[in-house]
This record gives sequence, C-alpha cells and structure tokens, in this order.
Amino acid sequence: MKKILSLCMAMALVVSMTACGSKDDGKATTAAPADNTTTAAAAENDGTAAAGGEATTAAAGETVAFTGEGSFKIGGIGPTTGGASAYGIAVQRGAQIAADEINAAGGINGYMVELNFQDDEHDPEKSVNAYNTLKDWGMQVLVGSVTSNPCIAVAEKSQADNLFQLTPSGTAVDCVKYDNAFRMCFSDPNQGLESAKYIGENSLATKVAVIYDSSDPYSVGIYEAFRAEAENQSFEIVSAEAFTADSKTDFSVQVQKSKDAQADLLYMPFYYTEASLVLQECDKQSYKPVFFGVDGMDGILSVENFKVELANELMYMAPFVATSEDEQVKSFVTKYETQFGETPNQFAADAYDCMYVVKAAIEKAGATPDMDASAICDALKTAMTEISYDGITGKEISWEATGEPNKAPMIVQIKDGVTVELQ
Amino acid sequence: MRQMKTKALSKQTRNNLVTYGIVIAAYIAVEILMRAGMVSSLLKGLLVPLCIYVILAVSLNLTVGILGELSLGHAGFMCVGAFAGAIFSKCTMNAIPVAGLRFFLALLIGAAFAALAGILVGIPVLRLKGDYLAIVTLAFGEIIKNVINIIFLGRDSRGFHISLKDAFDLGLEPEGEVIIKGPQGITGTPNDSTFLIGILLILVTLFIVLNLIHSRTGRAIMSIRDNRIAAESVGINVTKYKLLAFTVSASLAGVAGVLYAHNLSTLAAQPKNFGYNMSIMILVFVVLGGIGNIRGSIIAAVVLTLLPEMLRSLNDYRMLIYAVVLIAVMIFSWSPKCREFRERYGLKRLLGSKKGAKEEV
Repeated sequence: MKKILSLCMAMALVVSMTACGSKDDGKATTAAPADNTTTAAAAENDGTAAAGGEATTAAAGETVAFTGEGSFKIGGIGPTTGGASAYGIAVQRGAQIAADEINAAGGINGYMVELNFQDDEHDPEKSVNAYNTLKDWGMQVLVGSVTSNPCIAVAEKSQADNLFQLTPSGTAVDCVKYDNAFRMCFSDPNQGLESAKYIGENSLATKVAVIYDSSDPYSVGIYEAFRAEAENQSFEIVSAEAFTADSKTDFSVQVQKSKDAQADLLYMPFYYTEASLVLQECDKQSYKPVFFGVDGMDGILSVENFKVELANELMYMAPFVATSEDEQVKSFVTKYETQFGETPNQFAADAYDCMYVVKAAIEKAGATPDMDASAICDALKTAMTEISYDGITGKEISWEATGEPNKAPMIVQIKDGVTVELQ
Repeated sequence: MRQMKTKALSKQTRNNLVTYGIVIAAYIAVEILMRAGMVSSLLKGLLVPLCIYVILAVSLNLTVGILGELSLGHAGFMCVGAFAGAIFSKCTMNAIPVAGLRFFLALLIGAAFAALAGILVGIPVLRLKGDYLAIVTLAFGEIIKNVINIIFLGRDSRGFHISLKDAFDLGLEPEGEVIIKGPQGITGTPNDSTFLIGILLILVTLFIVLNLIHSRTGRAIMSIRDNRIAAESVGINVTKYKLLAFTVSASLAGVAGVLYAHNLSTLAAQPKNFGYNMSIMILVFVVLGGIGNIRGSIIAAVVLTLLPEMLRSLNDYRMLIYAVVLIAVMIFSWSPKCREFRERYGLKRLLGSKKGAKEEV
C-alpha cells in the first residue's frame, strides 16, 4: 500500500511541478490579451489611430494606448534579498524609473516597455533560475545580472538562447565574453588600468600602497590590472595587503603596513563601507597619504557616523555623481529621491542608462515586439556598435563588438563634503 | 519460477525497488512532458540542481540518519568534489574531446578527492560525538571553503604552478592560463551535466546507500548509532565503521559537487553555495524528509528546492513564505499532537480503509 502511495505521490509531485510551470506560461499569455483589451478599448475611442496601428496618446496625454502588437518585454535580474541586496534593489529602482519614463513618453517606437525584475540572491544558480523564469514570461531583452559571477552563469545561458543581454554592473571580464552580451559599466581591468594611468600621469605619488578585498572578484580584478599597469608607470607598489569578507572590520594591520612602507598614496579598490573604516583607521594612526578609490567609493559621504572631513581630498573614479549639475542627472536624482527617499548610487544610474541604451538600440535596429528574442538579439548586436549614447553615467558612450563601453573615465574628488569633478 | 522469486523478495528489497521506481517514474514523466513541450524553462533549468540536492540529501542522510552523527560540513565535501572535478575537466577539455568520458572521469576524480577529504576530516572529527562533532564539522566545512578561496592555480608549458598569494605570483608564461583564480574561482567549465546523468547518479547513490544500509556493514553502523558501548562489546570496530560511513557520505557529496560544477559555467567557493548555509540547507532536507528515511530525503529535497522558485510570483514575500512553510512542515511532522492527528486521520489510514479514495488524490 505504502509503495503505491509513494508512487502516486511522486507522480502527483511531478505533475504539480509541470502544472506550476505551465501555469506560469498561462499567466504570461493571459497578460498579453489583457493588454490587447486595453488597446482595443482605447482604439475604439480613437478610431483613426486604430486603423493606422500607431501609438496614440489617449485623453490626458499621460495614459498611452498600446498598438495591437503588444510591448517589449525586458527582464532584469539582480539580488533583491540577501547580502548584496543593496545593489540589486538600486538597479531594480533605477530601471523602473527609466521604464516609467519611457512609457510616459510614448514607449520605444510606439511600443510600451514591460519590466520584470527577478531576484537571484547573488547566487549563480538562482540567477539562472531567475533567467529561466523570465524566459517563461517571454523576455526579449535582458538587463542583468547585477553581480559578476551570476552574470557569467547567465551569459552562458543567454548565449545559448541568443538573447540580448546588457549588464548594468557586471564588471568581471567574462561577463561579456559572448557577442550577445554588453555592459554599461567599466570592466574591472579597465578601472585598474585607468586609475594607474591617472596616478602616473598626474604624478600623484612615487610609492603606492594597495589594500584590497581578496574575497571579492571585483576588488581582485581591479588590483591585478592596477598592478600590471603600475609597471609601466612612474610609481612603484610598495605594499599590497589583502583582507577578506570575514575580516573587514579591523584594518589596523593593513594600514600599519602601508604606513611602514612609507607609501604616499593609498589605493583602495573596494566599496565605501570598508573604505570608511580604512579612513578612520588612517586617521587614528595619523597616517595621511593621498587616498585614491574606485567607483565602489561612491556613497562614502552617506555612511552613518562617519566624519565626512576624513574623506576630504579623497579621489575616486566615478561614472556617476549624484550632485552633478547635469540636467539628466538632476532629473533622475530628483525622481529617485521622491520615489524612494534616498540618493541613487551608481548601480541605479547604470540601470537607468541601460534601459535607455536598450531603447536607443531598439530604435536604431527598428526592432518590433513581434520579433522573437533571437531576431531582436541579432538586430541589437549590430545596432549596439552603431549607437552613441548620452546618459547619466557618461556622454557619447559607444560600444565595441566585444561588449565593452567606450566612455571617458571621470575622476572626482571630495572637497569639504562635496564631490567635485576633476576632469 | 520467476513469479515465485518476485514474491519471495523480502519486504526490504521491494521497498528499495519502490524507491528506485519513484526516481525512474519521475524521470520518465518529466521526459514525456518535456517531449510534449509542457515543461517551462524554469523547470528545465531546475532539473539538474534537483538531482544535485537529492544526491546531497541522500548522502547526508547516511551520516545523520544511519550513522547518527550530526554533520554540518557536508557542503565542504561538495566543494572539494566540485573543484577537483572542475579542474580536471578544464585541464583535459582539449585532451579528451568526448564530453561523456571526460565527465565520467571527472565524477570519479571528484568522488575520490571528496572521499580523501572525508577520511582526513573524519579521523580527528569522529572521535567526538553529538554537538561537538557538529561544531567541528561546521568548522572543517568553512576551512575547506576558505582554503580553496586562497588557492591560485595556473598552467603553462612548464606544468602547474600554485600560489597562495595572487595570480602574479604564479609567474606564468604569457600563453599560460590561470585555472583557479582564488576567490574568483574557476570560470569556463564545460556544461556537461544533464538531467539523464543526474538521474543515473541518483540511482547509483541510492544503490550504494541502500545496499550499504541493508548490508552487514550497515547493521554494524546502525548498532553504533543505537548503542556504541553494546556495539563495541560485541567486537565491532567502531572507528572503522564510523569512518567508512562518513567517507562514503563525503564522496557522494563530492559527486554532487562535480555535477554542480558542470551545471554552471562559473564556480566560486562562496558562503552561498559552499558555506555552512548550504550545509544547513541539506540538513533541513534530511530532517524534514525524516532522519534515516531515504525516500523522505528525496521528496523533501525536491519540494524544498522547487518551493522558492514556484513562489517567485510573490516577489519580496517569497523568502518569508518559504520560511513559514519550513516551520509549518517542521511542526506538522514532529510535534506529538500532530503526529497523533496524522496517525488517526493520515493518508495511510484513509488508504487502508478506502482503497478507491486513493485514485482521487
């Protein structure tokens, strides 16, 4: 009896699994007709436009009628729970703001944009699950994944499906290994290279100390490129000390070693939370080198209980400065602040730009939502190398076929609690 | 004659055959649905992870349920297997072009290395018992993960280079490649894992574990669990059997690790996948499925892996619901009142009285 029961249960389990799967499919398909009904309703009000099949702005100009063929389905993947959730949530919000703006302004070529953001918990395996969920939903373009390792795992799958992928913040080299993948941010080696060049060309120092997070691919990636480029530059690296995710609360040893090596510049390729502790430790040991950071430093002024004057004169590479006077940036920052009650960071900015880049590329390629994901990908691959984009993380950004963006690195410095651009 | 033989099969054997049957039936059902195009991409992507977690749960059940020792370092052995297998595959990607053969060898190597780690860890650890053993295995699991995180391994024409500092320290020739990049792990392992291989490995795992349990060795292991002093007094070599069970369990975890490493193209030892969180998650599968109940482990692993993915439509609440479900199941399966209730109104009893009702379920 027991055996038959277990067999039945196993069968029931399998069936329910697939049932759930197909239910998802069902949902996706029911969603589309729902859109169509709104379209039909809107079209009835405005007969001429319905005949033309073009997007029309209904009544107040805020609600936009859909054209019959539906909308672009853009998927997003990133950690919205767990330790890295700060990045994922920022990306989700940034992308959402952009999607809302695009829809309010009439969509892409008249087609609306639907954004579906899935959680991956900063885990490659979960990221692939999220990717598959989005595929079931009917995703045509992917904005993600947010973090490097999950992004590499997803890129493998998106390449197999030939689905266009644009990562806002996957900095590792392998994230854009395939020709269907592009990125919005600088790659790790690029940052290390550029900062080494900047330090060398501006003769900021002769002896450089590095502290890096050896458990973080981002930090290690930058450090390695920095070290490689340092050999071509006029300074030498006198000390390189590592810390790990498990030991990032006390930096006395690393700072002491940098001080003993008499380094006149401290290079900090890691995130601002740890950087605030390093700066405090340097202050405690009255060690005053030139501080130089990377884009992870963005946000240091908002660290709680951190004396802002410690970060005075701190230089770092930043793709995005929230206090910038640029019109686009201002509008984005205001929107983000009113909606979410906090200042956006570079992740949010990258995601915001990603959505507009996708828009620009789709417009260039003339893609329509009725094309399948693979056809859109083929069209966008070429279009990406032809567009030039002005956004909030850089101006006149263009892309190589390799997926790397060409944008000028921006070095900023904190002066009296305000971030100022140096270039 | 044949029929006689089937009837003569012991209850135990039939019970085992049912367990195999469940796995095979699940495979056939999924295959058929897949052919019919009724399986979502999400589920397709989950098939291999499901196999991985089932193998892990079954193998841990050997330590926890049969040996009766609480091990919290299972993810560590998985990690050893994963890295050993991945390094092998990466190095022989060109030398052995046949994916099946290469993967088979990778599995053997992963299992062997995990078994070796199991022996090394087991020798000191198995002198302890109860909570102390749990704590020390937890520590060893973390140590394994952290050691792997500092290893840099490279290869060029002069052979292999290893460093504990950074990739520059390897002193590679320009055309040399870095295989393990410290915390960044290994990228570019071939995606050799398939659902069929996963199911075959589950069957092999079940075969090993079930046969071990029901053999003379298994009885010796269980006697140690039930009463160590009595077992010792009848001349059972406690250390030997404990180490044996622990090692078999570790090597099977290594097999799961190899499967894991070849499912995604990136492999890094992070707290998320090889930390104690993972060990505890596997333990949750075992506990919720019933300690010592192999079939229960399979079902629990499948259900608990699917659940958070199926709850995706709830967005931010899914982890909350997942936790609530875990607590609810735990209470439902273990509280004395609930057990009494189940005994009185449970499916088994209902089935016993009304045979027809089963079909509707």
